[in-house]
Amino acid sequence: MKLNKNINQKNSIFKNWLVILVAILFIILPFIINAYWVDVLFFFGVYALLGLSLNIVLGEVGLFDLGHMGFMAIGAYTTAILNTTFGIPIIVLLPISAIAAGAFAWLVCSPIIHLRGDYLCIVTIGMGEIVRLTLNNNPFGITGGSNGVYGIDFPSLGSIFVIDNSTKFYYYIWLIVGLTIIGLVNLQRSRIGRAWNCIREDEIAAESTGIDVRYYKLLAFVLGAGLAGVGGNIYASKLMIVSPESFSFMESCMLFCIVLIGGMGSIPGVLIGAAAISLFPEVFRAFAQYRMLIFGVAMVIMMIFRPGGIWPRKRGAFEFKPLLMKPGEENG
Amino acid sequence: MKIILEQLLNGLTIGSFYALIALGYSMVYGVMKLINFAHGDLFALGSYLGFTLLVSGSAYATVTFGIWGGMIAAMLIAAIGIGIAGTLIERIAYRPIYPAGRLPAVVSALGASIVIQNGIMVVWGPRPQAYSSQVVPSVMLNIGGIKITLMQIVVLIVSFILMGLLFYIIQKTTFGAAIRACALDRSTAALMGINIETVIFFIFALGPALGGMAGVMVGMYYRKISFVMGWNYGLKAFTATILGGIGNIPGAMLGGLLLGILEMLGSVYISTAYKDVFVFLILILVLIFRPTGLLGEKIAEKV
Amino acid sequence: MAKDNNNMETIIRTKQENEGINKINKVVLQTDKLTKKFGGLIAVNNFDLKVSQGEISSLIGPNGAGKTTVFNVVTGIYKADGGKVIFKGEDLAGKKPHQIIKKGIARTFQNIRLFSNMTCLENVMAGQHCRSREGTWSSVLKTPGQKKEELEIKKNAENRLKQVGLWKWRDELAKNIAYGNQRMLEIGRALATNPDLLVLDEPSSGLNDKESEDLMDFLKEIIKDNLTILLIEHDMNVVMGISHWVTVMDEGKKIAEGLPEDIYSNPQVIEAYLGKDEEEKE
Repeated sequence: MKLNKNINQKNSIFKNWLVILVAILFIILPFIINAYWVDVLFFFGVYALLGLSLNIVLGEVGLFDLGHMGFMAIGAYTTAILNTTFGIPIIVLLPISAIAAGAFAWLVCSPIIHLRGDYLCIVTIGMGEIVRLTLNNNPFGITGGSNGVYGIDFPSLGSIFVIDNSTKFYYYIWLIVGLTIIGLVNLQRSRIGRAWNCIREDEIAAESTGIDVRYYKLLAFVLGAGLAGVGGNIYASKLMIVSPESFSFMESCMLFCIVLIGGMGSIPGVLIGAAAISLFPEVFRAFAQYRMLIFGVAMVIMMIFRPGGIWPRKRGAFEFKPLLMKPGEENG
Repeated sequence: MKIILEQLLNGLTIGSFYALIALGYSMVYGVMKLINFAHGDLFALGSYLGFTLLVSGSAYATVTFGIWGGMIAAMLIAAIGIGIAGTLIERIAYRPIYPAGRLPAVVSALGASIVIQNGIMVVWGPRPQAYSSQVVPSVMLNIGGIKITLMQIVVLIVSFILMGLLFYIIQKTTFGAAIRACALDRSTAALMGINIETVIFFIFALGPALGGMAGVMVGMYYRKISFVMGWNYGLKAFTATILGGIGNIPGAMLGGLLLGILEMLGSVYISTAYKDVFVFLILILVLIFRPTGLLGEKIAEKV
Repeated sequence: MAKDNNNMETIIRTKQENEGINKINKVVLQTDKLTKKFGGLIAVNNFDLKVSQGEISSLIGPNGAGKTTVFNVVTGIYKADGGKVIFKGEDLAGKKPHQIIKKGIARTFQNIRLFSNMTCLENVMAGQHCRSREGTWSSVLKTPGQKKEELEIKKNAENRLKQVGLWKWRDELAKNIAYGNQRMLEIGRALATNPDLLVLDEPSSGLNDKESEDLMDFLKEIIKDNLTILLIEHDMNVVMGISHWVTVMDEGKKIAEGLPEDIYSNPQVIEAYLGKDEEEKE
């Protein structure tokens, strides 16, 4: 027991120093690398935010969501349309986009929240596609069809505080990600987080222990969507243009993989997964057309040898036994 | 009236494609409780195989065997080739993952799908390819005032023969009973002496084989193929599977045909642009109100 | 035989205890012509059940009699096809399980349903969920109110854990502890919801004799705290040893009810369990 305690203490101290080191690195990074890589790190941040938003649904509650980009699209387009049409400032639109995405999630998930795992998965795919296709078709002429909406402003507070270059966007997104992480960790350690985990473990037991399963599932979706909406807002203001193709099924799959490859339900894992997804194409840029092919192979290999992810949650959501097993033996 | 019949025929044609692909999803999900995301891409691979045989290399197969012979050769080779590919995918990407549970299987399936799709892109190039007109019969018939192409008739006949064959195997043979038993309860089926390995081999060979053949026919019918075809058709075929009742073979056939007709009606009477939205809405409505599909059975969970 | 003498002693003791109790206690739970069908199969058929406050009532019957189905309807997992469930004077119709738990019924499952990958303490803390209130925003922002409530939840859960004797396993994952302890953990989780009625589905299943006896003592102890217990049991020692009232079910219907010793010798009950040949059982 005592030995364990010592090791745990050492672990905590190590972790604290690691966090401080990484934080310092993060802060000085833009000054030592060129603008291209600062941009890459910006998108790493966006993927991190989105990964964290999906983690609420997939990692904490265990709901298969393969249409999550739909929520980001709602946030991005809300920002784009309201900004270009009415000139509403981007910063003001941040919470509005979050609410729009969250409300959308509440609306469309309410009728389907009771569906079982695989079925929910398919419905979310369908939802994501419906969003993308509808945006593509330019309903009421407001979404610009496949060309999208362009001319989006930068976020600004008055005229002194404008986020208009790569470095500023970099700090901006990582500030948001940092705050998000703190909030999510707090949630994880609260009765809300516990309720989510109970639902993931055994829905019927959770319901029979007094947890309103339906409410908490919806809550996860709404929160996850809201965060994705925030991501959409920031993404839109950086790119200054949004188009439906950025929010495809493939992107939703990437998010799914971020959560899983990183380590389901674990926040450090999601960050690692986001890093992998955003840095991978850069690292493999030399391979051009083989990039995605290698990525696909990597996904399969990853799942064979480390299905729990690179940095799985301590509590062992998976116990991976990477041995070949006779089909019919697993608990399918 | 005639126009409606023509539309119906068009719907049935595209529905046959969906049905043939849906069968693959249904068989695999029924027995393995796994959504084979790579299946749609195997279908696309089939059409590209057909393309290579029939069109590139100076249309070797067509030159040697004539249009019909070429088509038969292409379909046979696609069936065998994609069937083998299917079993390989199972061995490499799925079998090692079974013990780890459902979620890693989804990631692995997506990975396999990406590999195939990008593999096609690497080998055949990112631009869409075309089945040139010389390898495709282009006869247009007029039966009782209804316009129908010869290719359409061929597609319908071949599809129905294939579906009929599969139906016969599944419903009327002992082996088919074994497959159905596995779909209901795999561990018990194993305990009853059914060789699961054979069943798995069969579903991962035959499903993709049918998909591959559908791929060749799609190439010949629409003449244009692209490497993203897999996901487009795959998603819709999966919708068809759900519509008919997942795990249910006749359901997959019915679902596919019905979906084709609904999509055609949707594009004609609602709008072409929104026809895909229409299809997905159907999917969602079915899942809300009748999740077991048209032919599926309700199974209550024992607490 | 020695075993029989023991039983007779217990039975006499129970009868003496019962004579006083049955007359004055109010009814905590009752089902009124309760019916539940699955397709063509009538699992529960016009079933009347009464559970009195402060007592341990048992629901027994051969396998497949419909006992767990009754539990599932009472706790809201299934919807009744006919009849009523009345708890503390209130009709539970249409209520979802979590609402029923909140009203004061807690349950355990025949095939233990714990949160396997969570610690024992976390499992019990889950029970406190319905007795706490802090919401999403106060949890994200970690308000003082939320922090205070978290401490209370933890304290209450720790007490329950100690009550069921699992304190030393508090940080162990639920799936790693011994089977008998898992049963107790499930009871601990149920108790953490501060129920008025505890509904236990075969709590002694899989336990050895010593564990069963400990369980019996435990159950007799906890009803002193204004708690009522309803259990499904197959172990006759448990049924006879601690029940104040026994209801017998067969093929969805009630075939007998009464004091344990009356049930024990009831020929219909014997026939339902054993068929006509008594010797086969031993």
